[in-house]
Order: sequence, then structure tokens, then C-alpha cells
Amino acid sequence: MQEIPINTVTSANVVLELIYRLKIKDVMTTNLITATKETTLREIQQIMRREKITGLPIVMGKRLIGLVSMDDIIQALDQGYIEERAREHMSRNLIILEDDMPISFAINYFDRYRYHRFPVLNKDNELVGMITNRDITNALLIEINREVEELERRSQRIEGGILSHEMYTYRIMQNNFENAGHASTEIKKRLKSAAIEAPIIRRAAIASYELEMNMVVHSHGGRLIAEYGAEELTITATDTGPGIEDTDAALEAGYSTAGEWIRSLGFGAGMGLPNVKSVSDTFHITSSPKGTTVTVTITLTGAEERNHDS
Amino acid sequence: MTVEALTTVKEFEVLHLADKDRQVAHGYCGDLLSDVMANAPASAVLMTIQAHKNTIAVASLVGISALVICNGRSVSTDMLLAAEEEEISLFSTELTHFEAAARVLALLGSDDAGTH
Repeated sequence: MQEIPINTVTSANVVLELIYRLKIKDVMTTNLITATKETTLREIQQIMRREKITGLPIVMGKRLIGLVSMDDIIQALDQGYIEERAREHMSRNLIILEDDMPISFAINYFDRYRYHRFPVLNKDNELVGMITNRDITNALLIEINREVEELERRSQRIEGGILSHEMYTYRIMQNNFENAGHASTEIKKRLKSAAIEAPIIRRAAIASYELEMNMVVHSHGGRLIAEYGAEELTITATDTGPGIEDTDAALEAGYSTAGEWIRSLGFGAGMGLPNVKSVSDTFHITSSPKGTTVTVTITLTGAEERNHDS
Repeated sequence: MTVEALTTVKEFEVLHLADKDRQVAHGYCGDLLSDVMANAPASAVLMTIQAHKNTIAVASLVGISALVICNGRSVSTDMLLAAEEEEISLFSTELTHFEAAARVLALLGSDDAGTH
């Protein structure tokens, strides 16, 4: 039987996105209870009972040197060496995970090795956490619940919306330059088929493309949502971090945090958000390390050409 | 003038001719795609060194008629495929932006379409 009954290849897209987006460090237990190699197995057994845990990492400073599991304790009780020290009997051949790996790795590990917990090390090989299958299922439940709420909210809006209401969501992946522009192209096509005036379509295309590009270049990925109302188009770009440190500065032309290779492609010149703002009728941005959301509207009716700087 | 007129520039190599009757009313030079997005007029011919697929996306979104890849930059296959898909004419040249723009301007001038 699988420890975590989720397939890491063919599950629902929402789930796949989650297990690749969530890192082990996001879900692991960092409140570590450890012992040293001089601790006796008896003491370890008492710690396990008190803390309600089934495995204890043995450390030397921040370095992991072994692990004592409930099985080791049972064996010690059986063979009568429970008063001896951990160093004699701890497991030394450990399978470890790294804190930067996506949780899909952990799911596969739980499947492959029949352990109930894995120590997690950082890049400097220091023990930074422990991960159990329970940590993963808890985190997944919380995230899946959030996704379902979002779906419910959206379907309600469509049911309750006016006749012309349509809504499309496009997933934007980090560094996926290949498909950048897909959402904007779709939006442009939709407006064209609704016989919206060309200058308005152009503004919608500019806003959506820059928002899409911003997420490709700067974010961990996110989604672009286009909502068509009778009067206006609302474009919402929402990503999962890392956030914009200074949103005021990001709205000044020329401010950029883009890397060299992004610039070599002709992006990252610090014009993205200022462009979006200048072509939109309303513009709203919020940002925190957990993510940035930009919402803009573009009025679709009215013949008068808005005075935007182009 | 139309895109077809661009084929008469001897230094321009035709990589893809989408709609030869498409109008060209302006020219624009730029390698910053955000600047191109914001400022290039529709129906312009764009002179740029950005020889990759995203340039096609930008051109398509703002309604650019044709692209001239300058300075002898080589054009990737996926850019060419994207140009075909988005029906944007694509040229390449050894000329600089400035020299290429001069050729385009001469054509626009003789066409009396004016400058932008």
C-alpha cells in the first residue's frame, strides 16, 4: 500500500502543481527534538513517549549522525540492551531529503523506502527538519482546500453573473518563456471576436502580456484570470511569491530586479508594471512574500480613446 | 506601402512572407520588448536584434506588420515557426538598425506615407 496515495505523474493538475510547488522546507517539522550519541536508549524511549514521536535524530552539533526509531527501541527491550547508549545501536545508513526539494520527492521516497520519517538537511548538510507522511498530507489538505474554495468562489460568480460574463484562467509557469504570451493572445482573440475597438484591444494585450511576462520572469508561477463583463475586462495576475519588496519603486519606469539573461531577451527593463498601469483604467497591486496580486480593469465600451501615454 | 515593398530592399533576406499586401505605415527600432509594446505603432515594421520567439508574440499583440532582424543575428527555428503561425512577415539583414531604418524610411517616403 502506498504511504501517500497520490500519484506524482497523472494526478489532477491542481495536485501536481501543488506537489511540485511546495518545498519540503514548507511542510517539514522544524521544531526538532534530538539526542546525542551519548544518550541512552532508555532516555530516548522516554523522550519518544513524552513527545509522542516515533523516531529521534542523533546529532553532533547541527550534523546528523544517526537515527533511533521505535523499532530500534523494541529490539533493545527485547535483547536487553535498553540501558546502552545510542552510538552503539543507532541506524547510521540514513536516507535523507534536502529542504529545497519539492514534496513530490518526499512522496516518492515514502513509497520506495518503508520509513515513516526522513531527516531533512540543508545545502550545508545541517539537520534542519524532519518530515513525516503526516506533514505532507496535512499540508496538501490545507492547500487543496484553498484550491477548492477558489473553484467554488469562481463557479458561484459565473452562475450569478450577468449573461455576458465569461471567465478564463491561464496558468503561468516560472521561466516558461516558451508559452509566454499564450494568455494575452487568447484575450486578444476573444476581444476581437466581440468586435471591441482595436485601440482598446491593444491596451488589453499590453496589460496582459506584461503581467504574464512579469510572472514568468519574477515569480514562482501563478495564474492570469480574465473576466469579461458587459462593460469592462478585469485582468487579475496572482502569483505565489516571492513578492515585490518595494511596489512603489516597481511602478517607476526603469526600476528592475531582472537578471542579465532576462535582459538579454529584451525584458526586465523596468517598464512592465509602469506599462500595465498606463494602459489600464484602474490598477491595483498588493504584494507580500507569499505572493503578488495585480488587478486591472479596462473599459470596453465608449468610443473615446483614453489618453494613455504611448 | 505594403510588406511586399520590403522585399525590394536588396540587403533584406526574406525568411517568411505572410501577407504581402499587408499595410506598413510606420517603422520602429527597439530591442527592449516592453518599450516596443508600449510605443511601437500598429502596422509598423519593427527593426530589432531580438531574434527569438517572444518577439513574435509582442509583434502580434501590438499589430506589427513585419520584423527585420538586424546585425546579422541568426533567427531560431522556433521563431520562424511562430512567425508563420502568427502570420507576421520576417526578414533578416546584416545592416544595423539605423541602416535598415534608412532603407525603410526611403520606401515610406517614396510612398508618401510619411514618417511617424
